[in-house]
Amino acid sequence: MSEFLLTTTELSCERDGRLLFSDLHITLSAGECLQVMGPNGSGKSTLLRCVAGLFPDFDGSVEAEPALYLGHKLGISLLLSVEENLRWYQGLAGQASPVTEVLERVGMAGYERVVCQRLSAGQQRRVGLARLLICNSPLWLLDEPLTALDEAGHELVTGLITDHLASGGGAFCATHQPLSVPQAGTLELDMSH
Amino acid sequence: MGMIAAPTATSAPRLFWSQFQRELVSVVRSKEEALNPLLFLFLAISLFALGAGGDPEVLQNIAPAIIWVLVLLANMMSLEGLFRRDYEDGTLEQLILLAQPGFVPVLAKIAAQWCVSGLAMTLLAPIAGLILFLPSTVLPTLMITLLLGTPALSLLGAVGAALTVGLRRGGVLLAILVLPLYVPVLIFGSSAVIQHMDGIGTQAQIYWLMAITMISITLAPFLVHAALKISVEQ
Repeated sequence: MSEFLLTTTELSCERDGRLLFSDLHITLSAGECLQVMGPNGSGKSTLLRCVAGLFPDFDGSVEAEPALYLGHKLGISLLLSVEENLRWYQGLAGQASPVTEVLERVGMAGYERVVCQRLSAGQQRRVGLARLLICNSPLWLLDEPLTALDEAGHELVTGLITDHLASGGGAFCATHQPLSVPQAGTLELDMSH
Repeated sequence: MGMIAAPTATSAPRLFWSQFQRELVSVVRSKEEALNPLLFLFLAISLFALGAGGDPEVLQNIAPAIIWVLVLLANMMSLEGLFRRDYEDGTLEQLILLAQPGFVPVLAKIAAQWCVSGLAMTLLAPIAGLILFLPSTVLPTLMITLLLGTPALSLLGAVGAALTVGLRRGGVLLAILVLPLYVPVLIFGSSAVIQHMDGIGTQAQIYWLMAITMISITLAPFLVHAALKISVEQ
């Protein structure tokens, strides 16, 4: 394991003829949280997708520890129940964190057998957060993690990130509202390019 | 949640089984999608029977071609939705990111799709044959060729489905991409049935179908995985 969970060198990305960001040098150590801020269209999501390995069309280099990406698409199948969705992630990641415990943590205890189609947008978000705990990777890449969540949900997200940092993980978040997380740095993407 | 452990790789059979089960549960929860291609197959066969004026001789001669062509089309209908929902809800990108090795769940998805299309059509083929006045002695050959040929249809078609999943109107493009690949399967499949009716041996065609399916099962999962990767990377 290298010293940093995430290192980018001279990262530049151009999309549809517009330079979104250039020469980004980012390092993220264990126990750190980096928040990417910036107006709509400034390239926050693209930056996260570059790091996650879902957008290969960039210059420079990205080195990252195994990461979990939670984007605008939650990665939750609406046809499956909450538990079936999480079991699928257990199968993919080879982890066996107990589903009930994880659901309790995200405030969704008792919803195991509910098909995700019947959940509200905020509840689906919580299931999305639950899969972060199921897969248990060192680096979290969170794109607008507060979307559709209520007050308690905001506290949940900051709580989850704080716990994750305390256990030696790191988080890289794109967000509009600053998260009240210790050790949080901020990266401002402006559209000056 | 305790200390962070590096993710351990799941064994390939477990990965396959977990994905296969998931697909079958999804099929049960959206039955109409799985049933539509089968309904289409039988509706179209009935229309051919009606259109030919119920003349057994005319129908019998073209029955192998009718059944095989309709199986191709019905299979393609069911392939269109193979990756669509996963693409839209984001589970596809998670599968590409997390699954190790990635082609295993892809193969499981195709296997599940085959069970509800190719295998189901093979089992229902005798009914289709009887509607079109195929002699009952030919029905086993029809079923064997379908059993051996339809896996290749699902595997080859999945490559096209994976390439077109990110497009808004991928349906026509999928047909243009995939139907040419289906031609050898169609030729060997229907000619085996026709030759059996003429009393000629069918071994050559059956071996060819097996060969095509073996090649498809060897190559397609990797191609599909690569195509899906291209589709989610945007």
